[in-house]
Amino acid sequence: MSSRTLFDKVWDLHTVRTLPSGQNQLFIGLHMIHEVTSPQAFADLRAKGLKVPFPELSVATVDHIVPTEDQSRPYADGLAEEMMVAIARNCREYGIRLFEPGSGKQGVVHIIAPEQGLTQPGMTVACGDSHTATHGAFGAIAFGIGTSQVRDVLATQTLSMSRLKVRKIQVDGRLKSGVYAKDVILHILRKLTAKGGVGFAYEFAGSTFSAMSMEERMTVCNMAIEGGARCGYVNPDQVTFDYLKGREYAPTGDNWAKAVAWWTSIASDADAQFDDIKTFRAEDIEPTVTWGISPDHGVGVGESIPAKESFTQDEWATIDEAYQYMDLKAGQPIAGVVIDVAFIGSCTNGRISDLREAAKVITAHGGQVNAKVKAFIVPGSEAVKVAAEAEGLDKIFTAHGFEWRNAGCSMCLAMNPDKLKGRQVSASSSNRNFKGRQGSPSGRTLLMSPAMVAIAALEGKVSDVRAVLNTSESLQKKN
Amino acid sequence: MSATISLISGRAVPVVGNDIDTDRIIPARFLRCVTFDGLGEHAFEDDRRQLTAAGKTHAFDDQRFTGAKVLVANSNFGCGSSREHAPQALAKWGIDAIVAVSYSEIFFGNCVAMGLPCLRVSVADSEAIQAAVVKDPAAQVAVDIDKLEVRVGGQTWKAQMGAGHRQQFLTGQWDATSELIAGLPQVRATAGKLPYVSSFA
Ligand code: SF4
Repeated sequence: MSSRTLFDKVWDLHTVRTLPSGQNQLFIGLHMIHEVTSPQAFADLRAKGLKVPFPELSVATVDHIVPTEDQSRPYADGLAEEMMVAIARNCREYGIRLFEPGSGKQGVVHIIAPEQGLTQPGMTVACGDSHTATHGAFGAIAFGIGTSQVRDVLATQTLSMSRLKVRKIQVDGRLKSGVYAKDVILHILRKLTAKGGVGFAYEFAGSTFSAMSMEERMTVCNMAIEGGARCGYVNPDQVTFDYLKGREYAPTGDNWAKAVAWWTSIASDADAQFDDIKTFRAEDIEPTVTWGISPDHGVGVGESIPAKESFTQDEWATIDEAYQYMDLKAGQPIAGVVIDVAFIGSCTNGRISDLREAAKVITAHGGQVNAKVKAFIVPGSEAVKVAAEAEGLDKIFTAHGFEWRNAGCSMCLAMNPDKLKGRQVSASSSNRNFKGRQGSPSGRTLLMSPAMVAIAALEGKVSDVRAVLNTSESLQKKN
Repeated sequence: MSATISLISGRAVPVVGNDIDTDRIIPARFLRCVTFDGLGEHAFEDDRRQLTAAGKTHAFDDQRFTGAKVLVANSNFGCGSSREHAPQALAKWGIDAIVAVSYSEIFFGNCVAMGLPCLRVSVADSEAIQAAVVKDPAAQVAVDIDKLEVRVGGQTWKAQMGAGHRQQFLTGQWDATSELIAGLPQVRATAGKLPYVSSFA
């Protein structure tokens, strides 16, 4: 059968049956668990006397509440300690693998599963976390779910779900220097809005995505959810296979060739039918920064805060709220907005390539973190930390005044001790700029790429990373 | 089989604004817990505190809406984090039904799994219902899942809900777990056909 998308193929292969409600019972091939959204699910299993029929298809780690400085146990935060004890006990009791701090495999759930080779093309993936969309970078269909559904997956390895429509987001061309995967997705969100994707799976297609590394594709798919899409994916290709080869849980020996053949077969057909198609050109994308309180409130770093009238009228109240909360005015340039905190990390941009780009910018700039700024870098996993240290990136960061931490979600949502204070403004490589997201109910967040966070930290304000990259290129020519 | 849910009636509380995310419904610091108990009092906590500090009152603090069962919101309600703590906090506060223009899908799915029906109305109708509730906070609001209507005083607005979900509430099958468990033999058959489940061996 041809003319099918990857979404259609994966959906059909994993459909167990149609439920009386009309929804599908969908098999989940990889279930990931973390400490925040799982304890109530396990408690419910226990209360109802339910078993876990496929414990080998679940994997757990701890990331949200883990402190990134002092990790000695028991944790200073008694509630965090209680959650750690609960997940260890739950995993032990139900026979589920748990990657704990110190195992070398702990980290943000969406970073470790790809890193270990657990996430593979053609799978269905679920996790009690909205950024599960990240795993779509491998050509998997990956859903964020709530706690009741975590219980359902544990008890049956399935979910009750309705089929989605598929929108192709076609981006062609080469990204300009200083423009990263993060800018691509912030640009798409800005154009398609935070709710434009409701009811859809997003297929990211075109030469811009083909040219991206797996890590860049993960950054893009990670934020599909911020556009309202339930999941996002990129079709698997040689880049995908090269990334997976040799990873701990990837197929080996004779099975590798069988796997590649199957993975290739599940990609969207050349004449696949989509419910909708949107196209963009890579050259039109600038380094992008959010100025408001929703991830679709982005502008190019050379632009000014947009006027309310440039939005549809039903958005005006939100836009007014955003001006007020952020204390920014329409017409004011985004460049130059003063920051207090700089955070590089999270499942969007806490991978080794992100840290390399940040280090490159810091080296090119040559200065120290601005005296008024607190800047810290949190590797997305223990493995990222080891890799960064092996390359000497940590030395670059600390020599320039950045703090270097242990793996975790950290100030992406500030459930651990890393938090904004009062009205502080952060330049953040994470994915959400919601009111109060980074730990202070009145704190403010500007989302941008890790390279842009690095330059903002050094300059103490939102700045165009291209100024540094271009100067360093011309200096290199002079020398 | 869970309880059938066809009509919720009681007073309503309007929460005005588009894109109200789950971080606002329940801030992350309240997720440091191993049960959902006690979340109700923290619903919208930061929004409430900020308004109070500014000399204003959030609808959840407004005594006129105390005891409300129906939450009336606008577009893209519950976007952001997948935390079921958000609808749990609303339910624990006392909300039994939500009426809004649209919902984030994960939030909607969480609500179905909890037996908390979410109906959709047009932009204009969401505002009209909110206005009617503000005008007469004591009015009984009926959220009728069978007739797909919202009624306040003498006025009636048409509402929507997907046919499958409507059926789930009306027949008491919104808690999918037992149905999913009944399919376990077929689940094993599906798993057996997926090459990656056996590592392609
Ligand atoms: S890094 Fe942020 S978005 Fe990602 S899983 Fe952790 S808290 Fe969620």
